[in-house]
Amino acid sequence: MHKLHIGENLARALFIAAAGISILAVAIICLFLFANGVPAIGKNGLPDFLFGSTWRPANDIYGIFPMIVGSIYVTAGAILVGVPIGLLCAIYLSRFASSKVEAFLKPGVELLAGIPSVVYGFFGLVVIVPFIRENIGGRGLSLLAAAVLLGIMILPTIITVAQSALDAVPKKYYEGALALGATHERSVFRVLVPAAGSGIMAGIVLGIGRAIGETMAVIMVAGNQVVMPNSILDGVRTMTANIVLEMGYAAGMHREALIATGVVLFVFVLMLTVLFNLIKKRGEAK
Amino acid sequence: MTNSAVNTETQLRTTEPVAGTVIPGTSAERKEAAHNPAYIPAHVSSAEEGHEAPRITPVKMSVFDLNLHYGDFHALKNINLEFRKNQVTALIGPSGCGKSTLLKTLNRMNDLVEGCRVQGRIALDGEDIYNDLDVNDLRRRVGMVFQQPNPFPMSIYDNIAFGPRTHGIKKRAQLDEIVEQSLRDAAIWDELKDRLKKNALSLSGGQQQRLCIARALAVRPEVLLMDESTSALDPISTAKIEELVGELKKKYTVVMVTHNMLQALRVSDRTAFFLLGEMVEAGSTDDIFTNPKDSRTADYVAGRFG
Amino acid sequence: MGFLRKNNSQLAGAAAGAGSAANAAGAGAAGTAGANMAGGALFGGGALDKIDTWYAQSAAKNAQKNKILSILLRLIVRIGALLTATTLVFIVGYILVNGIPYITPSLFEWEYTTDNVSLMPALINTLLMAGLSLLMAVPIGVGSAIYLVEYAPRGNKFVQLVRTTTETLQGIPSIIYGLFGMLFFVTALGWGLSLMAGACTLAIMVLPVVMRTTEEALLAVPDSYREGGFGLGAGRLRTVFRCVLPSAIPGILGGVILALGRCVGEVAALIFTAGSIAEIPNLAAGAAALFDSTRTLSVHMYLLASEGLHINETYATAVVLLVVVVALNLLATFVAKKMNKGDIDD
Repeated sequence: MHKLHIGENLARALFIAAAGISILAVAIICLFLFANGVPAIGKNGLPDFLFGSTWRPANDIYGIFPMIVGSIYVTAGAILVGVPIGLLCAIYLSRFASSKVEAFLKPGVELLAGIPSVVYGFFGLVVIVPFIRENIGGRGLSLLAAAVLLGIMILPTIITVAQSALDAVPKKYYEGALALGATHERSVFRVLVPAAGSGIMAGIVLGIGRAIGETMAVIMVAGNQVVMPNSILDGVRTMTANIVLEMGYAAGMHREALIATGVVLFVFVLMLTVLFNLIKKRGEAK
Repeated sequence: MTNSAVNTETQLRTTEPVAGTVIPGTSAERKEAAHNPAYIPAHVSSAEEGHEAPRITPVKMSVFDLNLHYGDFHALKNINLEFRKNQVTALIGPSGCGKSTLLKTLNRMNDLVEGCRVQGRIALDGEDIYNDLDVNDLRRRVGMVFQQPNPFPMSIYDNIAFGPRTHGIKKRAQLDEIVEQSLRDAAIWDELKDRLKKNALSLSGGQQQRLCIARALAVRPEVLLMDESTSALDPISTAKIEELVGELKKKYTVVMVTHNMLQALRVSDRTAFFLLGEMVEAGSTDDIFTNPKDSRTADYVAGRFG
Repeated sequence: MGFLRKNNSQLAGAAAGAGSAANAAGAGAAGTAGANMAGGALFGGGALDKIDTWYAQSAAKNAQKNKILSILLRLIVRIGALLTATTLVFIVGYILVNGIPYITPSLFEWEYTTDNVSLMPALINTLLMAGLSLLMAVPIGVGSAIYLVEYAPRGNKFVQLVRTTTETLQGIPSIIYGLFGMLFFVTALGWGLSLMAGACTLAIMVLPVVMRTTEEALLAVPDSYREGGFGLGAGRLRTVFRCVLPSAIPGILGGVILALGRCVGEVAALIFTAGSIAEIPNLAAGAAALFDSTRTLSVHMYLLASEGLHINETYATAVVLLVVVVALNLLATFVAKKMNKGDIDD
């Protein structure tokens, strides 16, 4: 009996320790990132670092504004491409598809989610980029290419979250709308979709998170010039691309500035996480 | 006024006996009501067995030889039943007897159930609801209030306006008027008039259910189906809705499913008793409760089974 | 009672004489649109009020409009679904068509050279890397899920903190993990670019995936299982391991496969932690092999694609990556099916 107690307590302690590891992980990630990145921001001055439009490591000038703008543009483009298609696909899967079609499409969406980002990036490089170069103009490596590619990449996130939000809408709303003489389509678009609103929004925020954090696929198609883009056919560099492209050879202040870029990205993502939680809470409160 | 009403209706429904359109309540009563909002007429539930000259009330909906299967399960067996205009018909019987199934067949909500097969004929004003009518138009004309209040998660105003908008009424002024009238008809206008922009889910259960009634009334149905619509509510809300039903039948034909036999007794003019998918007996509520012809009906109303 | 009558009495009061004219006009309009429309409105004062008239006027026009709108909406949701399906088929098809012809035996030689561009070392490294990181992430993830579901008291502050941090971890982009791994494992702990540094970074990255799926799987186990265990006098630990975990295993396995998929596809988190040496670690050296630099298949593919010298081999490598991912997906679906069946059997 006594031995059993020791075992129980030991197991409990181990489980608590395991649970503590995620707290520990977040703590040291924050610690190391901020400790290594914040000094660089301090030395440059926060306004100059965030809003300076010149990034010239050779002259020790570090302004990441073009990269912030690049990340925002690319993400916004991805949302423009991915949200309408993803939402319609989710509505189709949730309320229109026969079970046979769903049996094919759903694993397809899962597969889309599983394709590694390098494969997406490579596909963008060999298909989307030449297509834009030959049919629309510019060098092809562009904001547009990155937006389209990221739009495709966030499809599964949006579809999955939006579909489960739609599936979770109580049947009684649908029946209520039908009983008033509304068609199936009107019931779905005017009652079910608004009712699933916060879930769908949560999916979009998750998609934004994925788009803003995506690295390898963007590097392969976006052109990566450190200038403010004037058109969607210009190349852009995102914050993520900036880190990967230069970290390999950076040293000293340059390296710290790259880590600081990571810090800014991290803060963006944290804000999105908070936003996601707020939306989810509001949805639950309803 | 009375004359013009009769004239209007005869113009529209020449096939129906003029006598049937006479509305319970004398013109004196109506005048009284017009001047005194708190006026309650002497009679509440005896339109047919009323003290006026005996007459045949016209039939609004009728069911002929209805058989319904869910897969292999024979849920309704050879049902023949009529629902009379401006009367409340209660469908009673133990759980699983088919009364709710019948109700959902009347506005074809059963179409949603997979494996549901319907044989026989159901007519609304003589038109076959499965063959002659568009299903969405049918559901507009035969409204439904569900067991659980199911207001949409949007504002009170938008809840009511959903139906009219669905049927093409988009002008703000017209919608405003329909919203007000529907809420008045459901006796909830005074409670809600200052919070039309509030989310409907913030209302109490009883208010939600009356809002759902208002929502159903907003599309101007001819028949109102109520599926145990008070079973989820407290006694005070239930009483309010029962009172409301007594009022609504002046305008609508009401069919209600209820578990509560006292409710059927209080509210309905006619009652049909169901058992195991069969309709055992139908007749005036007084007859069913005081003088049933079938022993099973007698047992049920005497409380011998569920 | 007054409420029902009010509208009509107002009508009557406002225009005692004109009222009947207005009614007649309304009735006329209704009559042309279809006698049924107005049927329900007749009562009391008998006014066919204006609301009925509005309905009568809009009904015929509107039915047509609704039908067209329905067809249109049906069409656009189909287009949405079709675009998604086409994209998938096109991406996968394009890679397969262009890659399969270049899958040659030389691609699978043990030694990588710039001539054969063999992916074999990268493939082996991927297995090592994924295996190693799961070896760390799974026990920790399952352990913490067990704590959260089976041990922790409800509303506990610690539990809330764990949940918040797990969600945060889930949202962090992989490049941030890469940066952190570089700063912590590679530099601060002095491991250098190594298998171990990469695996630890990946382990933290997939930890929330394992945790969450395990939590869901445990929550899905009915309480009666636990009561059964306690009822027999078993302690909590024994109950969890004997009664709860076994029926949660398919769910946990699903999470593990998901995590495996992320490990296989990851580049950004590895490029500055595990490096890019295209060799299998010297396993004969024992534990020291853990601190060799390695490139996984995805990193390998990224490097090939960005060099741009071996485009055909890049296609072929993409095919292999896709096959691995599809295989993992099928496995996950299979496991999920098995889990669902298990539920029905219960």
